[in-house]
Amino acid sequence: MALLRLAGRRLALAVPGLLGVIVVTFLLNRALPGDPAAFFAGPAATRQAIEEIRARLGLDKSVPEQFVYYVRDLARGDLGTSLTTGQPVLRDLATRLPASLELTLAGLTLAVTVALPLGVLSATRPGSWVDHLARVVTTAGVSLPIFFTGLLLVYVFYFLLGWAPAPLGRLDAFSTAPRQVTGFFVVDAVLAHDGALAWAALRQLALPAVTLGLFAMAPIARMTRASMLGVLGSEFIRTARAAGLAPRTVLVTYALRNALLPVITLLGMVFSFLLGANVLVEKVFAWPGVGSYALEALIASDYAPVQGFVLLMATLYVFLNLTIDIVYGLVDPRVRIEA
Amino acid sequence: MSALLRHGRYVLGENPVTAVAFGLFVVLILLALVGPSLAPHDPLASDTVRKLEPPSARYWFGTDQVGRDILSRVLVATRLDLAISLSAVTLSFVVGSVLGASAGFFGGWTDRIVTRVTDTIMAFPLFVLAMAIVAALGNTLANIVYATAIINLPFYARMARAEVNVRREAGFVEAARLSGNGSARILTVHVFPNCLPPMMVQASLNLGWAILNAAGLSFIGLGVRPPTPEWGIMVAEGAAFIVSGEWWIALFPGLALMLAVFCFNLLGDGLRDLIDPRRRT
Amino acid sequence: MSAVPLLSVEDLSVEFRTRHGVVRALERVGFSIARGETVGIVGESGSGKSVTAFTVLGLLPPAGRVTSGRAVFGGLDLLTASAGQLLEYRGRELSMIFQSPRTALNPIRPVGKQIADVLERHANLPRARRRDRVLELLARVQIPDPERRYHAYPFELSGGMCQRVMIALAVACSPALLIADEPTTGLDVTTQAGILDLLGDLSRTAGMATIMITHDLAVVAERCDRIVVMHAGHVVEQAPARTLFARPRHPYTARLLASTPRAGAKLADLTPIPGAVPDLRGETTPCRYRTRCERAAAVCDRPPLPREVVAPGHVVACARPL
Repeated sequence: MALLRLAGRRLALAVPGLLGVIVVTFLLNRALPGDPAAFFAGPAATRQAIEEIRARLGLDKSVPEQFVYYVRDLARGDLGTSLTTGQPVLRDLATRLPASLELTLAGLTLAVTVALPLGVLSATRPGSWVDHLARVVTTAGVSLPIFFTGLLLVYVFYFLLGWAPAPLGRLDAFSTAPRQVTGFFVVDAVLAHDGALAWAALRQLALPAVTLGLFAMAPIARMTRASMLGVLGSEFIRTARAAGLAPRTVLVTYALRNALLPVITLLGMVFSFLLGANVLVEKVFAWPGVGSYALEALIASDYAPVQGFVLLMATLYVFLNLTIDIVYGLVDPRVRIEA
Repeated sequence: MSALLRHGRYVLGENPVTAVAFGLFVVLILLALVGPSLAPHDPLASDTVRKLEPPSARYWFGTDQVGRDILSRVLVATRLDLAISLSAVTLSFVVGSVLGASAGFFGGWTDRIVTRVTDTIMAFPLFVLAMAIVAALGNTLANIVYATAIINLPFYARMARAEVNVRREAGFVEAARLSGNGSARILTVHVFPNCLPPMMVQASLNLGWAILNAAGLSFIGLGVRPPTPEWGIMVAEGAAFIVSGEWWIALFPGLALMLAVFCFNLLGDGLRDLIDPRRRT
Repeated sequence: MSAVPLLSVEDLSVEFRTRHGVVRALERVGFSIARGETVGIVGESGSGKSVTAFTVLGLLPPAGRVTSGRAVFGGLDLLTASAGQLLEYRGRELSMIFQSPRTALNPIRPVGKQIADVLERHANLPRARRRDRVLELLARVQIPDPERRYHAYPFELSGGMCQRVMIALAVACSPALLIADEPTTGLDVTTQAGILDLLGDLSRTAGMATIMITHDLAVVAERCDRIVVMHAGHVVEQAPARTLFARPRHPYTARLLASTPRAGAKLADLTPIPGAVPDLRGETTPCRYRTRCERAAAVCDRPPLPREVVAPGHVVACARPL
């Protein structure tokens, strides 16, 4: 089927990207400041002890050899050990990833559910209050630093209004995490039929998700609006109208589907921003995700987690782009079918 | 010269938004240049007796947790933040254009290598890559600039490559070649200047993004160390106090950031409308 | 032929608000078409032919405004009809096909589904029957292998085939009137002939009235009962086809005929029309052909523009007809 062939092609194209990611993370790792061997050995170590540790860490080998060992370790799932937690980095990341995913997905869902209709309405009613609102949102969203937005939201909704809970992470001091099914607290609490817990988790999730959402909303709304405006003026819409098709059919089946194409492409860039912005939001809201994990490690000069984090994010991004390409192929047959 | 001024005045008159942005840009540059001498207090002088004071007649923006005047710090930080973003954007513009233009003009292996490099950079979520670069190279201000420059590079490289590609087969290139110009000369003197307008638009749009990037890195503790006044790190310092209601410590540097980014975005949009009215949104 | 025309456009004036002023694109345009008749509207680019069609169907862009006139179709004035009423008529009682068919079709939707959409909207057919009807229509417009072509996308079809699909879309509900706006422009000559033959055939068998809008006189020569000649937003002449070609009465029509390539004529025999379509912003003269006309005289500047019935069914808007 054409779609499978497209997926296969895109997958093949993703491989060099992954290779590049691995090479770059390796190079960055080897460019670390200081001498890891001396660091591991401790301040009182003798020269000989340092050399022993260097040999044990494989740092005395040539760079290509080190690369081979690096790739081998990666293939085995060995991302090193964190000095601060004492755990294998891979396990730490796996434990903390659901928190980040929950946040990112919540933010993205919020962004899309608001930005798409906003963009469509803005395009179909130019000059109306919706249009002006959309323009304000997009301009502000693009200009405001995300960490600032988060702080503003905390000030207004926690300090001034008292609606939101303190930005202390995923749950307040009195709740315990639900039984893990997906790792998403809200979902897991619902699955465990614990309504109160689900609500508590949702309240904690609200502000950080809104912060991320506002950030992603801006480019999506802007692109939807521009794209819709373009499509609504096109000839095939005129044909659809001339054929007397219902306004809803014209708007959704004919106009929106075509207008979504550049928006889907844009999602790639949006994800790039989101995965980076995650780190900032996690810091503001003390969210225990992979971003704050990497930050804590960075400040403690613990480099294995940082490297693992970068590798994880990059790999995630490569596969997200792959998914976006495939979704695009689903919507636009011109990409699937080699004419 | 007067014709240029007249044209400039006409253009700014047609686009009031661009004029405002341009005015703001000039103000920012001026602040960067003379800001420190305008500061009413020493940005580094701490006065713990007067710490955490809200905005007042004496301290227009209030004081921070060690009693430093926030207004002075915000003013002084203008220079640092603008310097960081301007140098980062200039660096990536220059290096990116050279790489991209060469790739577009010469094709072949140059093209393949440059494309491979830009694709690899773009395979990372950009802020994450900036973090990694700063982590690897060391926590210094210079490395912030390099990291921001590197992650912005692909935009310029791709743009330059595309623009040069389009013009490579143009008539005036053939003419230049026939009159004996070497490839490098053709590229730098004839082809590339024509690519400049859209790239300048990209650069001004990028300036806003570069500031956000640098501020983000400072916010998480990379690059700038206290007590250096820099907008990002000031917001980070103020973050801890938001929950207890001392809003002014984080607000004013944040507003300064927003203003600067807003100004550059408007400027970029205005430039884009000027150069290519078809692409107005 | 019934006495009451199917569509009667009377005194239609349309203006556009543009950045450079108000453009009076149509001024007191009037013509009618009877059931089953084929009428050709001819004129240069910018003469207002397409604007007339768009106005009748209610497809004017937001900058356009109807300042006077009526377009009565089957007893209903389309220009004052509500949006709901218009939606009932469009696609069912009157429909339109456009230039550049490939861009006039939804690029990411199979052509069969696009025709089915029209049927779903207007015809009362169960879903199973709909697909069969689409296949019937595709065969009717002479698209080979309709089963396979049902799932094709516009970019996979040739220009001629796309136009046939558009025709199928337009005649799906057997409308009483089909407006064809430059249906063959951009297609090669053989394909043109095929499309025009198809339109004529459909018109005859279904008793469908057709308005053929074109700048190419050769297209309308054999295929239209009556011809309406437009220039710069005015109807300058309308007559039965044979009469118009044999003995045009408006100076513009005469020059239009003289500049049209025909068999046996050499390039040197063709004479272009001097000047260009006048600027329709701001004030205009009563006769908009005045500046290009070799017969212009003082009487031509005196408003209003006369409309003389020189013979039954033959109207000329000229103070000094040939």
